[in-house]
Amino acid sequence: MSVLNKTTAMADAIAQIPDGARVMIGGFGVPGTPFLLIRELVRHGPKGLTIIKNDANEPGMGIDWLLQAGMVKRLITSHVGLNGNAVRMMNAGEIEVEFVAQGMLAERIRVAGAGLRGFVSDIGMGTLLAEGKQRVEVDGETFLFEPAIEADFALVHAARADTFGNLTYEATARNFNPLMAMAAECTIAEAETIVPIGGIGPDEVHTPAPFIDHLVAMPELPEVYGVVKR
Amino acid sequence: MSLSAKDRMLARAARDIEPGMTVNLGIGLPTQVMNFVPSDRPVCLHSENGIAGVGGLAAAGQANRNLIDAGGGYVTCAPGGSFFDSAVSFALVRGGRLDLTLLGAFEVAANGDLANWIIPGKFAAGVGGAIELAQKAKRVGVLTTHTDKHGNPKILERCTLPLTAMGCVHRIYTDMAVCDVMPDGLHLMELAEGVTLAEVRDATGAPLIVADGPVPTF
Repeated sequence: MSVLNKTTAMADAIAQIPDGARVMIGGFGVPGTPFLLIRELVRHGPKGLTIIKNDANEPGMGIDWLLQAGMVKRLITSHVGLNGNAVRMMNAGEIEVEFVAQGMLAERIRVAGAGLRGFVSDIGMGTLLAEGKQRVEVDGETFLFEPAIEADFALVHAARADTFGNLTYEATARNFNPLMAMAAECTIAEAETIVPIGGIGPDEVHTPAPFIDHLVAMPELPEVYGVVKR
Repeated sequence: MSLSAKDRMLARAARDIEPGMTVNLGIGLPTQVMNFVPSDRPVCLHSENGIAGVGGLAAAGQANRNLIDAGGGYVTCAPGGSFFDSAVSFALVRGGRLDLTLLGAFEVAANGDLANWIIPGKFAAGVGGAIELAQKAKRVGVLTTHTDKHGNPKILERCTLPLTAMGCVHRIYTDMAVCDVMPDGLHLMELAEGVTLAEVRDATGAPLIVADGPVPTF
């Protein structure tokens, strides 16, 4: 039995993303951020996007390219502290920002990928972040309902992939990537190295290929990935 | 705050990191506590971006571009360390596997309330992982200067800023003192060398309970 080859030209994969789309983007700081896919998204130029990412990167890189291009309507994130430009745009009302506790963000994305509608938890009870959330009684105790976060597209970065789309990540570049890869209607992965089928053993796979729709080869590894040491 | 007062505070907090603990150190001051933990003490350092077993800062020129801690510094992975995704990382936190977390504070209260993520109108960059760390670690220590840069107390009877978590703090380490949050209030446990009880009372915005006899120093 053979498997599909999912390698796709970067421009063709990204061209599917329309105005107003909800787009998840992997990465925690630099590691795992799919900078080449983001750069192509800027070139493609859809407007009014809802971006879901742990952080807003730093000024002049990654998420900031989308912000500077005026493509972002809403940002769902755990913090934007390292990007003064994002803070400025948030304070000026140029973008809407929804802050989600980091582990809640991860889990809400995970359950979306697991085909569930949400979960209940006591995280944030008694704080600002609990305000407006639906309360759920379980065995006489009150919890908060945390709805799943799903998306139209997920953009993820892998260290290695086979042509079917089995992915592996490296070190802390894993972070949100495997969760987001499961949570979107269409997942586009960029990979630093693409190997033939069999080049990644079944036990080594971090994200199984059925979660991946398009696999994009990286023609280069630009400096923004941190190849040059700071 | 002189460097030596800061180092003494960091070293004092490091003494409470016991062999066998799994520990998360918050961004900033708490991260520096690791410099005072003896390298032969078996401690598993968790970083919420997906490491159990942070080794230490990567030597210049030795950085792995894919290996940072939650504060963004290049680090190494210790022998026995592991990498995982963000959902697993916070399963470890919420599931009660963290023996101790040390966090910074804008304000901390005598009832154990902690405020360390938002100053309305001034600073609101997002909460990161602080809520879950504060709410779910088995033991929460706060590491902070005793007063802010204007000399105002950071330890109060009740927090005025929006909370990170309610009643979560067990122990407070400052450049002047170590205080424990107990059901009957805030107990002064230790004084920094050269600091008097009167000075600490003056710099604290909540009543301090002090046991009879001399207060130990650190």
